[in-house]
Amino acid sequence: MWRTTTVVVGAGHCGLAMSRCLAALSVDHVVLERGEVAHSWRTQRWDSLRLLTPNWMTRLPGHTYSGDDPDGYLGMPEVIGLLTDYATGAPVLTGVTVTSVQSSGQGYLVHTDRGVWQARTVVVATGASAVPVRPAVPLPPGIPVLTAADYRNPGQLPNGGVLVVGGSASGIQIAEELARSGRSVTLAVGEHVRLPRTYRGRDVLWWMDASGLFDERWDAVPDLPRVRNLPSMQLVGAPRTLDLNTLRGHGVSLVGRLVGARDATLQFSGSLANMCALADLKLGRLLDTFDAWADRAGVEAEAAQRFAPTAVPTPALSAQLGRGGIESVVWATGLRPDLSFLKVPVFDRKSRILHDGGVTPAPGLYVMGLPFLRRRSSTLIDGADADARDLADHLIGHLDMHARRAS
Amino acid sequence: MTTSLVDNGVNVAALLGAREAFADTPEIARFQWRSNVTWVNGTHSEAVVQTFSGFGDEQTHSRTFAFDVDHPLQFAAQDNGITPVEYVLVALGGCLTAGIAAVAQQRGIQLRSVQASVAAEMDLHGILGADPEVRNGFSGVRVDYRIDADASRAEIEALVAQSQKRSAVYDILTNPTAVTVTVS
Repeated sequence: MWRTTTVVVGAGHCGLAMSRCLAALSVDHVVLERGEVAHSWRTQRWDSLRLLTPNWMTRLPGHTYSGDDPDGYLGMPEVIGLLTDYATGAPVLTGVTVTSVQSSGQGYLVHTDRGVWQARTVVVATGASAVPVRPAVPLPPGIPVLTAADYRNPGQLPNGGVLVVGGSASGIQIAEELARSGRSVTLAVGEHVRLPRTYRGRDVLWWMDASGLFDERWDAVPDLPRVRNLPSMQLVGAPRTLDLNTLRGHGVSLVGRLVGARDATLQFSGSLANMCALADLKLGRLLDTFDAWADRAGVEAEAAQRFAPTAVPTPALSAQLGRGGIESVVWATGLRPDLSFLKVPVFDRKSRILHDGGVTPAPGLYVMGLPFLRRRSSTLIDGADADARDLADHLIGHLDMHARRAS
Repeated sequence: MTTSLVDNGVNVAALLGAREAFADTPEIARFQWRSNVTWVNGTHSEAVVQTFSGFGDEQTHSRTFAFDVDHPLQFAAQDNGITPVEYVLVALGGCLTAGIAAVAQQRGIQLRSVQASVAAEMDLHGILGADPEVRNGFSGVRVDYRIDADASRAEIEALVAQSQKRSAVYDILTNPTAVTVTVS
């Protein structure tokens, strides 16, 4: 058995940011990583994917972007390189899979496939996106199916019609790539967050960042469950807008949410028009917020603009699987964390981890990288800095309290 | 927000209270809705609605409601009541309008008048079995709202959109539902 003060589980951007903060506070710790540094970035991303956030937003504790393309978007090899460099000097043990975390005395026992660690505190940084979520729609056998985590490029799928399920960042990007590959693409769209890439001449994420929206705190938003369940932003890591109107221009057929399959017939919701109306209205409110802030703050930017409403076709309510219809399906219906190794009673009835800004009900056990964990930016690389600092401070407070009790 | 000054007759505090109660005891959120239908004659039936279950208990309406269901004279029927499909329109309009009032209350928007026109298209070839390519049900449903409220057009459109998002009848109409009919 090894001993340390803090075990950090996961060497992605969150775990590495936390390691930097702990090191700065002289907290003895180890970062356990099942694969290599940036494991998910290496293994769960498609070939053409680039970060949705511009390079200048790739900020981590002790790291800011210093390259010559601050407005560009990193590809996956560059993200892996960045995190690998960033991990230099951090106490990372790679190839160590945590099999369970259990309470033990005043701390935790962390079991791994390479032995047991005892730690006063544990930070779970295994990510929000470990396991694909698939709706319970039964598809007949024989239809090739991929999730966005398995998807690499169009060559994995047969020629012919393909259904992409999900209208968030993954779904719209994969739908576009498949349409450009010459396939007939149908995109099933539920609730989504429509965003232009640029607004008034600047990256839309600049507006989110500069206006303070990304810094909105979890303990200050009116409806936390709602914002924690918001779909990801419809963006692509390129200097262009990719939304449902763009996709229609590429010949993608839009349909409502996939709601059922009867034999070889897929059924889609009749709610597409309202889903688009909700997203258009929400975008309008967001731009109103930006404009109001720009006026108050005296921001110099191009003139305010508004975007054409989503052109909603009369959507098909069903589609034929196979036989010249839809020959394959890509599920881009989201991902969820896999915290099954955590044998500590910190879960609600739907197996979601209970936490208050990353502080779980189990003293000394922390979680990072979940949607709106402590602020709107918590799932972005750029959000890990502030979250790691806050939680490292809390962790120090926890250790001090124990030290005082012990003395 | 000026919620306290707005009165659309909706007890939003009670609705939000229910949502909080559900967090502690999710099983009380399970409801069952019921109607008992008795054939009268021809296409005329009487539907009675009195009880339901929910909040962990059997529940009863404050009184028993009865509805005649029939078809119009043009269908060679007696027109003792509206058609079943018209009840669907009644249900959709009632559900969306209740939702608009509730969302407006929560958002601090005072409503002065809300009127909906609900219309649905149907091709009778379907129910008469005259064309297997035509479905029995509606080919489309359209709802048009005229709303007078202390709010901008965008805010009113957002009320209507949010009401659809949270509407049971809208969901029932736009998504498939498993229906099991038995004979005892």
